Amino acid sequence: MSGTFAPAPGRAPMRTILGRQIRMELLLTARRGEAVVLAMGVPLLVMLGAGLFDVTNLPTDDRLGYVVPGVLALTVMSTAFTGQAITTGYERSYGVLKRLGASPLTRPGLLLAKTAAVLAQIVVQVLVLALVGLAVGWRPEAGALIPALGVTVLAAAGYSGLALLLASVLKPETTTGAATLIYVVMLSIGGIMFSAPALGAAGWFLLPLAAHAEALRATLMHGDAVPAGIWLALAAWAIVWPALAARGFRWE
Amino acid sequence: MGGLMVGGDAAAVEVRDVVVRYGDTTAVGGVSLRLPRGRVLALLGHNGAGKTSLLQVCEGFRRPDGGQARVLGLDPVGDHDALMPRLGIMLQSGGVYPWATAGEILRLFASFAANPLDTDMLLDRLGLRKFERTRFRRLSGGEQQRLSLAVALVGRPELVFLDEPTAGMDTEARHTTWQLIEELRADGVSVLLTTHLLDEAERLADDVVIMRAGLVAATGTPAELTSAAGIDVLEVRADPGLDLTGLRAGRTVTETSAGEYAITGSLDTAGLAEVLAWFARVGADVTAVNTRRRTLEDVYLSLTTQTPVGAAQ
Repeated sequence: MSGTFAPAPGRAPMRTILGRQIRMELLLTARRGEAVVLAMGVPLLVMLGAGLFDVTNLPTDDRLGYVVPGVLALTVMSTAFTGQAITTGYERSYGVLKRLGASPLTRPGLLLAKTAAVLAQIVVQVLVLALVGLAVGWRPEAGALIPALGVTVLAAAGYSGLALLLASVLKPETTTGAATLIYVVMLSIGGIMFSAPALGAAGWFLLPLAAHAEALRATLMHGDAVPAGIWLALAAWAIVWPALAARGFRWE
Repeated sequence: MGGLMVGGDAAAVEVRDVVVRYGDTTAVGGVSLRLPRGRVLALLGHNGAGKTSLLQVCEGFRRPDGGQARVLGLDPVGDHDALMPRLGIMLQSGGVYPWATAGEILRLFASFAANPLDTDMLLDRLGLRKFERTRFRRLSGGEQQRLSLAVALVGRPELVFLDEPTAGMDTEARHTTWQLIEELRADGVSVLLTTHLLDEAERLADDVVIMRAGLVAATGTPAELTSAAGIDVLEVRADPGLDLTGLRAGRTVTETSAGEYAITGSLDTAGLAEVLAWFARVGADVTAVNTRRRTLEDVYLSLTTQTPVGAAQ
């Protein structure tokens, strides 16, 4: 048969599918201008407020050296966890995920595209924050950038996994509430503006934001190695949550 | 019969004794149906008859609570990834990024396919060209439906599932959609659609499955359904108040209003001659004769409301 609609089914190369899906995710993020501003606004305020003025007691005189790594960690969480959870929750309630599930895009493909899009956003946000930090006098150590990058990727993957899992299990309104609550709790006790409570290795797993911030401080402030407990905690996050998300993720 | 057929010769859709439950509610109570390749099957029924639940099973979004479904010979849940590129699925509503434009959405789904249709052609065919740069949430319900249909077709599928495809469309869009579905069938695409519109089922479907309360109430081609019911109605206008006793042998006769007689029963050629002969015999002055064939609507209403049509009113 040779008509217009004569069947010729098939899946495009996975590379093409992923590329186009990532592009769509980024396009839609950019279109939600207010969300982007908010995601950058809070970290910027914290950085300039706590970094330049004596509004909180810090265990060091190098206020920017302490605050900027924390703010970078906060931004990663805000984008990879809070933003991701809320967006995905609503996409599910709009039926977008179901629609994508009825297409050649596979479930791992969608999770990968979402995580990649989040990483791309984080790169831009971290660059902007770092540049602002440098402009107001932040002077990081440049010797341990690779481990700093490593823990950041682990943290982002873990956050993204937990976000996708929450968005799968909870109703969108509940997801929004839970994601915001966790964000506020982490912001308060997560060691951004104050020192985090010392909870040991298990504590790093419970407070990934504090772990990430501490690792960034170790590397960017002191040029030191990342403590093994933190590597372990963040690696666990990067494995456990994405794995659970891949199993529990629902299209509907 | 043994297991359901697998492989290239398998039916487009084969459903055997499928049960779908939501908690204590049974939405589909054991439904079997078969859609051969290249045909159009309409699932006809009221809202809540179980059509969408059955479709969800075929689309792999729900595992049936009983029975089994095979789509193109594959398991819709287990073989989801292998199946999806071969299917075109139109969901009942929504399903699209509210902030993306119609053009962006269609091109996204086109990019997922190995041999997509030309997206401009599809936008033109569905009257969506002028909305190419309009965001989805700004489209009317009917426009959203047309985009949804375009998304279902863009990958050149061999089987399409259309859930209430013309819901919310105006008359013109409905006819465009019907022409499109007829073209799909002509081009060898198998189509399973749900509808509660009788004219839609009658016009498009090779086979109709009427569902009622989660069960198959009747199945057949539109012609089979209307004639298998076997009741043509003969309406005769004659003198009022005739004694109908002699006419009643093997027939139902009612005087629906003064001088209007409705006769059902054995109404083949000989039967018709007998009836008219009876009117002549009693000396009645027949002024009008009308035969009425049952429409799909009569069949549908009688099956879904369980009040026999054509019986005494």
